[in-house]
Amino acid sequence: MSERKKIDRRDFMRFTGAAAFTGATWMAVGEKAEAKYWQLDPAKCTQCGQCTTHCVLNPSAVKCLNQFDICGYCDLCFGYLQPGSRDLDSGAENQLCPTAAIERKYIEAPYYEYKIHEDKCIGCAKCVKACLIFGNGSFYLQIRQDICINCNECSIAKSCPSDCFSEVPQSQPYMFLTGDTYLAHPPALS
Amino acid sequence: MRTPVAPIAAAAAFLVSTAHAIELKFAPPDFETEYAMPYLFIPPPDGRNTWWEALILFGALSLTTWLVFKARSRRGLFGVSVFSLLFFGFYRQGCICPVGSTQNVAAAIFLPDVAVSWIIVAFFVLPLLFSLFFGRVFCASVCPLGAMQELVAIAPIRISPALERVLGLGKYIYLGLAILGVATGAGFLICRYDPFVRLYRLNDNFGMLIAAALILLIGVFIARPYCRFLCPYGVLLGWMSRFSKFHLQIPPSPCVECRLCEDSCPYNAIDMPTPRHLVEDPAQGKKRIRGLVFLAPVFILLGALGGYMMYEPLSRMHPTVSLSERIALEDRGIITERGNLQADTFRVEGKTAAQLHAESLAIKEQFKTGGALLGAFLALIISIKLIELSVIKKRTIFEPHKETCFSCGRCYPYCPVEEGA
Ligand code: SF4
Ligand code: SF4
Ligand code: SF4
Ligand code: SF4
Ligand code: SF4
Repeated sequence: MSERKKIDRRDFMRFTGAAAFTGATWMAVGEKAEAKYWQLDPAKCTQCGQCTTHCVLNPSAVKCLNQFDICGYCDLCFGYLQPGSRDLDSGAENQLCPTAAIERKYIEAPYYEYKIHEDKCIGCAKCVKACLIFGNGSFYLQIRQDICINCNECSIAKSCPSDCFSEVPQSQPYMFLTGDTYLAHPPALS
Repeated sequence: MRTPVAPIAAAAAFLVSTAHAIELKFAPPDFETEYAMPYLFIPPPDGRNTWWEALILFGALSLTTWLVFKARSRRGLFGVSVFSLLFFGFYRQGCICPVGSTQNVAAAIFLPDVAVSWIIVAFFVLPLLFSLFFGRVFCASVCPLGAMQELVAIAPIRISPALERVLGLGKYIYLGLAILGVATGAGFLICRYDPFVRLYRLNDNFGMLIAAALILLIGVFIARPYCRFLCPYGVLLGWMSRFSKFHLQIPPSPCVECRLCEDSCPYNAIDMPTPRHLVEDPAQGKKRIRGLVFLAPVFILLGALGGYMMYEPLSRMHPTVSLSERIALEDRGIITERGNLQADTFRVEGKTAAQLHAESLAIKEQFKTGGALLGAFLALIISIKLIELSVIKKRTIFEPHKETCFSCGRCYPYCPVEEGA
């Protein structure tokens, strides 16, 4: 009888302990916020090139995107063309991007559209830097959330000298140059 | 949570406000032809760290518990290990694992503006709860770090228990440092120096890959070196496991003392029956315990003092402190060559050196308190271990040590006692 009682009491303590432990952890940390993702702030980026090599993924989860509505559609696009290239065309020798990830498409005189093939982009920021200096700064880097494994401590975050990386709420997983004036929507299917 | 579950084919973004935050050198053109500006493609997150992953963790823990207690199948455990390695390791790329979640939880406790999602809390709590009831079944075959080591431990040798104890202090130091790092904002040490994630992700960080290969190579002969000497989460699991209601037993029914299992455990986790002379003459041990208990407070104070004095080197784990030191050296002309990216970026950013040094000083202050607490914690642990060494528990059979046994089941096949014999 006394033996049984003892075991019961132990069990009771164990369950209380477990409940208290879970409860305490929960109170201390739980349910305070929605999950977060890493994202880089293009306004702080200094195009140092660390994103290429410091992401735990190879190639990097950081890709360049072109924000079309602030792109100048320049004929002479410094983000696209190698400085001092003889012709303004899409010859391989004229391209700045080391992986030829940017596609130049004629729209109407004198405008060209620059589309980035993200599967080829390695996030080296060469185009970003040039576009920012000479152009509108419509090219910039973002962590692609479908590729990023959201590592606990983003390994670029700790090597980025410009303090670009921070955790953003899941509902706003991208940071655009024009700030929160952007809304993300699935396109109307046509 | 508003995670878009179904993958959305494409997402577009368009400007709502006309107020541009940035200055445009060239106005975007008004096209004359029928040209539609393309949508900005922003792929939604792929749904990592979601509830179903916590569910898989729960399932794996339950299955392992069954394998340890009912099926008593070393083979089954091996199978789950392979699964864990593939799923938690290679598929989820080891992120976020329960071992690392310790830091997320610590961050949410210590830092006012940090929160964690309930899935990460579940990752942290589930293995600990299982440990409280069933011993370290998480370590047995669910932990992807442990699984990798378990699979390479082919020719394990036994090391002396004394060496085991000394090296085993490593995990307490690591846990202390990791929490100190989180609390002071220096970063997540456990993730940074996790040797296994390099292998899961097979990336090209060569130095770390070599370190990982080395640990695994050692692991062929000294089984589970990370688990035994470094794993910070293992400390918590061990504490929980001490109080476990059920724990793996080597013989399924009463032990016949054949001593066959004696050598089977490569982790020094099997306790021998207490030698008779110790049981019969406890006086000496008691005296030693009294002395140790008496000395412990002094020892803890010394530990705190030692930790306090270590604050300078400890604080270098914080990037702001190391940057401030570098800048100070550059300013005094001691370092002349450029090329430190952090320092160079600081130069162009326009923050003053004085600001940086002030920040660094404030951080060092935190490390004084933190260092003292760390020192006291380690001294406390060492005192407890010493006292434990002198406590004589009367054991008549061979049994796994509740705290250190990984429930790996290696000892099962050695035991000749049959179920229900
Ligand atoms: S590491 Fe930071 S500064 Fe460097 S390219 Fe990436 S985001 Fe820009
Ligand atoms: S230049 Fe670099 S960042 Fe730009 S598209 Fe090419 S690879 Fe990507
Ligand atoms: S969180 Fe990890 S995967 Fe994502 S960008 Fe950072 S380093 Fe790369
Ligand atoms: S001791 Fe740590 S690393 Fe080893 S199996 Fe357990 S939790 Fe994983
Ligand atoms: S299950 Fe057996 S072999 Fe494995 S750690 Fe425990 S006592 Fe050692």
